[in-house]
Amino acid sequence: MSFPLLTATAVLPALGAVATAAVPAARRTAAKWLALIASLATLALAIAVVVRFDPDGARYQLTESHAWISAFGVRYELGVDGIGVALVALTALLIPFVILAGWHDADPLETGSRRWRPTQGFFALILAVEAMVIISFEATDVFLFYIFFEAMLIPLYFLIGGFGDRAHEHGEETASTQRSYAAVKFLLYNLAGGLIMLAAVIGLYVVAGNFSLTEIAQARANGSLHMATSTERWLFLGFFFAFAVKAPLWPLHTWLPNAMGEATAPVAVLITAVVDKVGTFAMLRFCLQLFPEASKWATPVILVLALISILYGALLAVGQRDIKRLVAYASISHFGFIIMGIFAMTSQGQSGATLYMVNHGISTAALLLVAGFLISRRGSRLIADYGGVQKVAPVLAGTFLIGGLATLSLPGLAPFVSEFLVLVGTFTRHPAIGIIATFGIVLAALYTLVLYQRTMTGPVKPEVSAMPDLRVRELVVVAPLIVLLIFLGVYPKPVADIVNPAVKQTMSDVHQTDPKPEVEAAK
Amino acid sequence: MSATAVHSLWTTAADPISKIQAPKIEYGQLSPTLIVVGAAIVGVLIEAFIPRRSRYYAQVFVSVVALAAAFAAVVALAADGYGTTKAHIAAMGAIAVDGPSLFLQGTILLAALVGLFTFAERRLDPQAHGNRIDSFAAQASAVPGSDSEKAAVKAGFTTTEVFPLLLFAVAGMLVFPSANDLLTLFVALEVFSLPLYLLCALARRKRLMSQEAAVKYFLLGAFASAFTLFGIALLYGYAGSVSYATIARVVEGNVPNVDPALANTMGNDALLLIGVAMVVMGLLFKVGAVPFHMWTPDVYQGAPTPVTGFMAAATKVAAFGALLRLLYVVLPGMRWDWRPVMWGVAIVTMLGGAIVAITQTDIKRLLAYSSIAHAGFILAGVIATSKDGVSSVLFYLAAYSFVTIGAFAVVTLVRDAGGEATHLSKWAGLGRRSPLVAAVFAVFLLAFAGIPLTSGFAGKFAVFKAAAEGGAVPLVVIGVISSAIAAFFYIRVIVLMFFSEPRPEGPTVAVPSPLTMTAIGVGVAVTVVLGVAPQYFLDLANQAGVFVR
Repeated sequence: MSFPLLTATAVLPALGAVATAAVPAARRTAAKWLALIASLATLALAIAVVVRFDPDGARYQLTESHAWISAFGVRYELGVDGIGVALVALTALLIPFVILAGWHDADPLETGSRRWRPTQGFFALILAVEAMVIISFEATDVFLFYIFFEAMLIPLYFLIGGFGDRAHEHGEETASTQRSYAAVKFLLYNLAGGLIMLAAVIGLYVVAGNFSLTEIAQARANGSLHMATSTERWLFLGFFFAFAVKAPLWPLHTWLPNAMGEATAPVAVLITAVVDKVGTFAMLRFCLQLFPEASKWATPVILVLALISILYGALLAVGQRDIKRLVAYASISHFGFIIMGIFAMTSQGQSGATLYMVNHGISTAALLLVAGFLISRRGSRLIADYGGVQKVAPVLAGTFLIGGLATLSLPGLAPFVSEFLVLVGTFTRHPAIGIIATFGIVLAALYTLVLYQRTMTGPVKPEVSAMPDLRVRELVVVAPLIVLLIFLGVYPKPVADIVNPAVKQTMSDVHQTDPKPEVEAAK
Repeated sequence: MSATAVHSLWTTAADPISKIQAPKIEYGQLSPTLIVVGAAIVGVLIEAFIPRRSRYYAQVFVSVVALAAAFAAVVALAADGYGTTKAHIAAMGAIAVDGPSLFLQGTILLAALVGLFTFAERRLDPQAHGNRIDSFAAQASAVPGSDSEKAAVKAGFTTTEVFPLLLFAVAGMLVFPSANDLLTLFVALEVFSLPLYLLCALARRKRLMSQEAAVKYFLLGAFASAFTLFGIALLYGYAGSVSYATIARVVEGNVPNVDPALANTMGNDALLLIGVAMVVMGLLFKVGAVPFHMWTPDVYQGAPTPVTGFMAAATKVAAFGALLRLLYVVLPGMRWDWRPVMWGVAIVTMLGGAIVAITQTDIKRLLAYSSIAHAGFILAGVIATSKDGVSSVLFYLAAYSFVTIGAFAVVTLVRDAGGEATHLSKWAGLGRRSPLVAAVFAVFLLAFAGIPLTSGFAGKFAVFKAAAEGGAVPLVVIGVISSAIAAFFYIRVIVLMFFSEPRPEGPTVAVPSPLTMTAIGVGVAVTVVLGVAPQYFLDLANQAGVFVR
């Protein structure tokens, strides 16, 4: 038996979480370093996965399969396709930056009880989330996926509710109330989605008799497993609902601005750049593969909802006064693009969507983490409290600008490639929707540049005049992300090569081929 | 022998006296119950003959040994194949020794053993007058607040009678799910109910509330028992027998030899329907299903917390066991009649429990309503009427009972000057002051909420799966919706513990003796093991899923 590499990518951060949580209260710094090392080691394993993965090989690679709960027909089955590899790599890549950026976020203000160890808890929870997210990207058993899809809510809930920004503008009492409100809202939305999915998971078992993604997809493809049209549609809706809450898709998005607004910037990155990707990933992997006919049936409605997400998220982002909430609404707009790309049912659209997931993760991480550094300096999340920062802290302002430009998909930066592909992919099949979606880009330019203009340019506000520029730790966080954004913007081939074969497979699952170019038809 | 049940002894009374044969009793197969009853009687003798200062140790020793020995006997019987191939009806048709019986008896005994540890805890309260005190009244007969009560406290009296009472209750619970005729069922019902009424009245603190709870429980319980008894009478009129097997045969339409005295009533469906409704009503009262749940919050709140934990776990196991046997052995022939009714009961129980729990402000009442919602989930599995239905219910009961005992054991730890601080507002910020206790309680709450990787999820999945396979998809959807509602109030407690600022005059967390620690530790261990690796236990429940008839 070969080394279970995929299991290791999930077990390592889990062990790291346990070890970090066990560090004694006084050894705070040791806990931080331990967490950082665990996340870097996970990154090394993820790189090994990328290296071992052969884009032209079998669909699912590095597979592992063990009996687990045979009474439920559940197996411990892991395997990655190109999409999974890309997202595992993204997760493993971002977590060290999240940890490094949140280095001081959980230092205790006052010494509470001897046993109260917020710092250890903070980093242990981040690693726990990483472990669960990675295993959801790797699971090829629906039940296994479901378990971690649900279980990851718990550590996230504590991350949102337990740790917030220092120096809140309304005082600690209000901040604490708002935080727990945001955490509860997050949990209830996602739990409700998850429980609806549970009903669908049980329904799937009743219909199919097991939970293996590959077996069910195969049985569906060769016709040995027949589902009544209405059954398939109900099951599809049950799954899609949960993923749409997680992604989040309008009108199920309202938890995201609260959660991202109240959480610290690194946790907000964790939510939007990493965890929410599980939702869009699962649409590609589970909705399309298990329920191809129902996916096609639902496409028009989903495309319209995605379109509304794009425009609505962007419009609300323009109107935000709070930096983190602005990024949250921008993310809703971007998730609209991703979902539109998935359900456009063209290979450009789905490749674009997968690339979008990776690029959005990196660009949002860059923007939000810099925003977090900014917020921690001034102690306010309100845009109006800033002005002229670029004169005081030019490096901070410069990196913020690059993150912002990436968010608005400037050509030359990574997100441009994916957004372009998604739009092209949508346009070939649904021109009207593609055209309207383009307005989302215009709005993106508006909210990003206005944000930059209001915070960074203009006269220097007295409160920011003494603001220090980025420190070494912060530069270490930001610089690699920016390098990646530029690199993937100029040369997206490495990621695209991994992703494309997997997308072709998914396309064939839903029996879709790209529409022929119109010019040929006209001849 | 099983067909001509106990009552045939009386019908043949006209024969010469010499023809009465000694009943054949399989003592070995009944040993779990006999051991517990014997130990309970020994416990009574200890109260009579052993000096007061040594009683506590003697009682705890006898109880622990008895419960452990009874559990060993259950395991031995199961290993001997009585759960599967050798399953049969013992004791002249009165007791079924089969898979579900043994599984439930094992669960009840383990739950009782863990519950016993919380009964025996004497370190939570500071010592009074140099004596260690437990959760029970110094002298039950002393009027609350009277001089005789003060004298009893000063003298260091303790109500060590709780241990034999517990054992008697356990003995009744062991018989209840394995009773194979209606009279045995009724006797078992009374045998475990009466000690529980008493135990409920024995709280050391808030004695009036405790006594009120006991009276409520007794009055309502007596009503329910009366209903059951009346139902039994009607069923006897219908079938001419109280034996499960005979009634089942009559329900299926093959009436054996019509008793001339009952010729007018036998086979009368009105008697059957009313009789079944009344018997089932009595059982639904015991499991705390809506609309027979009214006693649950008051009794759970008033009873001493260790008793509440034991009762919430073990009574539910025993009563659901009896309900399963009744519905699966006696009444499969009329499942088209009872299924719609049970659907209704399950739906209102799930939704009612979950919705009313939202407004609760007392942790014990909250757990009471949560137990009602759980009764609804279990009923969803009962309704499946399949082998999977039985095994899923068995698994759920085992998982649920340990979470419950653990959760109530944690409740005993959080105390202020007035004893246990059960008002929710006092739990604010507990996570800051005692992270470990709060984390353990959070694990139990997450298990109640059915979050994956806890036993609660595996159990819920099992019953919902069985229900869906049995065609009860709407029930599953409603179950899922009530789970979402229920999640809200479990989460609310977690929010309170971890995200609220501690109150300056808030309660303290008592450091318990190893007894309570064991109870809580077992609870956590079972919760996690059944959540992560439930396969072995699911197999066990699956093997045990066949009733003998």
